[in-house]
Amino acid sequence: MSDHIVEFKNVIKKYPGQNAIDNVSFVLPRGKMIGLVGPNGSGKSTIIKLMAGLVHPTKGSVTVNGKTANRRIAGEVAYLSELDVLYPFFTAKETIGFNAGLFDDFDQEKALEIMSFMQLEPDKKAKNLSKGNRGRLKILLALSRQAPLILMDEPLAGLDPLVRDIIIKSLITYTNLDEQTVLMSTHEVAEAEPVLDMVVAVRDGQICGMDDVDNIRGKHGLSLMDWMKETMAK
Amino acid sequence: MSQSFKTNQPIYAQIVGRLCRQLVRGELQAGDKLPSVRDMAVQSGVNPNTIQRVYAELERQEIAETRRGLGTFITESKSRLRQVREELKNEQIVNFIADMKDMGFGPDEIVEGVRKELANSKERGDY
Repeated sequence: MSDHIVEFKNVIKKYPGQNAIDNVSFVLPRGKMIGLVGPNGSGKSTIIKLMAGLVHPTKGSVTVNGKTANRRIAGEVAYLSELDVLYPFFTAKETIGFNAGLFDDFDQEKALEIMSFMQLEPDKKAKNLSKGNRGRLKILLALSRQAPLILMDEPLAGLDPLVRDIIIKSLITYTNLDEQTVLMSTHEVAEAEPVLDMVVAVRDGQICGMDDVDNIRGKHGLSLMDWMKETMAK
Repeated sequence: MSQSFKTNQPIYAQIVGRLCRQLVRGELQAGDKLPSVRDMAVQSGVNPNTIQRVYAELERQEIAETRRGLGTFITESKSRLRQVREELKNEQIVNFIADMKDMGFGPDEIVEGVRKELANSKERGDY
């Protein structure tokens, strides 16, 4: 088992008319909660989709847990999309059952535990859930998997502060950092900061900074927000 | 969030500081068991890795000790705990003096000011 959960080697991803990811190489360590920060359109979602095997690099290679990230990487990765991906006609409980059928590593017992922790109603259909509750249900689905890498694209976006708090608490409670690594993209930097071990800053399709949060505060005496501003300005 | 943190100091160091204050105030006592890493993480709203670092730091400073399979405990050593109290006091005073000096106050002014304020608060019955 390699020390790294993720490795990007000279990765380029071109979309028509633009380089979304521009020759990026980096590795991510295991057992950490990692934040992916950067302005809109900087390439965060593309980086996450490359890890999830949903997007293929134009050049270079992406490996997750030692395996090339392609369509068959789903067993190694729990991916939470920024989009609304729940079937509207399933109840919360049925959604859990459906996901348990999709993924071998889905822990149904844990899912039910998280459901009560999050105070989600089991028998309400997804289409009748509020945005906050749909947000919770999506997190629940990702956290119930025992995949070595959990990817979350904007799990806090557009949710009220109480829901964000519950989501952050459930991240602390239900991920197993001895065996899992979490990567989440977010703009809610101040709120996410206490749970992050390290951050990766992205700008214009390139990695413009990467450091431990303790280092940022200790050595540089900066909050994550100030560090981001400095990093992005370079 | 359950607790807020200052921005310019590592979170683990701030939690270590908080626990030391609780010790000095007597809210935590010699031999007390600290919560498990995960419980402490949830209580403080921080990452479990951070709490691991907190406990490691407390051990390094001989304020706590981890007993295999049992958890992390505050040291039984009363003398170490008295030392912590002394250290915390000195640290506060050093910071206070640095701040005052920074604003241009001399030693006599500082001592005089502190004495006056202590007398005032005694009169008000706050201290």
